[in-house]
Amino acid sequence: MSNTIHMSYEVPANDFTRAGEASSSLKSSLKKMGVNPEIVRKVAIAMYEGEINMVIHATGGKIDVVISPEEIEMVLKDQGPGIADIELAMQAGYSTAPDNIRNLGFGAGMGLPNMKKYSDEFNIESTVGVGTTVTMKVKM
Amino acid sequence: MKVLDLVQDGSFKVLNEGNNLEREIRAPYCCDLLSVAMGRMPADSAWVTVMGNINTLAVATLADAACIILAEGSHLDDPALNKAKQQEITVFETELPIFEAAFIVYQKLHA
Ligand SMILES: Nc1ncnc2c1ncn2[C@@H]1O[C@H](COP(=O)(O)OP(=O)(O)OP(=O)(O)O)[C@@H](O)[C@H]1O
Ligand SMILES: [Mg+2]
Repeated sequence: MSNTIHMSYEVPANDFTRAGEASSSLKSSLKKMGVNPEIVRKVAIAMYEGEINMVIHATGGKIDVVISPEEIEMVLKDQGPGIADIELAMQAGYSTAPDNIRNLGFGAGMGLPNMKKYSDEFNIESTVGVGTTVTMKVKM
Repeated sequence: MKVLDLVQDGSFKVLNEGNNLEREIRAPYCCDLLSVAMGRMPADSAWVTVMGNINTLAVATLADAACIILAEGSHLDDPALNKAKQQEITVFETELPIFEAAFIVYQKLHA
């Protein structure tokens, strides 16, 4: 229970004007704490992709962040439709984003691959009809 | 080349002047797919795109772009313009095609 900081964010459903706010807010907190800019960038990218997926593919959700001297852990939990085939969803280029979402610039199918690339540990658990939980860690 | 140099130079219309004018631009970067840009855009890029919605600004901020150049005559929609002002992000507009806009930045960097 020593040097850890907990933060949590509510991600509202369907609200593109606010999507990215949790990631932006975490990014500025980390900057203020003096965390290395390369690490801040990794966290910001990984978390944004997860945050936006919660808005596009689920019905919003909750993000819990734990910052310790060793690592930054992000747990993103939603009660959306879940992912039937995680291996398929993880493939670069795979996307079920509808046209109206693609018109905004999403739907390249690179979000989950980015999350894996920019985190040092990545885990995704999902149950169809129940929801999805993504856990990512970035080492300090 | 600093963001300020691009603001003063007049190649592109300045839509919003941000708070990072002293920042050095490293390279132009072109892409309209947000998660591709998010994953591959180098920090301190001048990001040339046609996507002018609020998500463009989020990606620019989170991936550490130096500025945004909206090409092909595309514009920021109102929520995006408000966000640019609020977050003090430098945004330019131009009628030029994406390649030509990026090439102008490239030439200035390599002059
Ligand atoms: N939280 C989630 N809940 C339900 N399905 C999800 C969730 N996250 C991702 N998916 C599924 O996995 C697919 C791939 O996700 P990924 O983030 O890689 O691409 P995308 O969101 O479709 O497009 P991009 O992120 O490139 O804009 C999605 O199209 C969707 O079918
Ligand atoms: Mg995605």
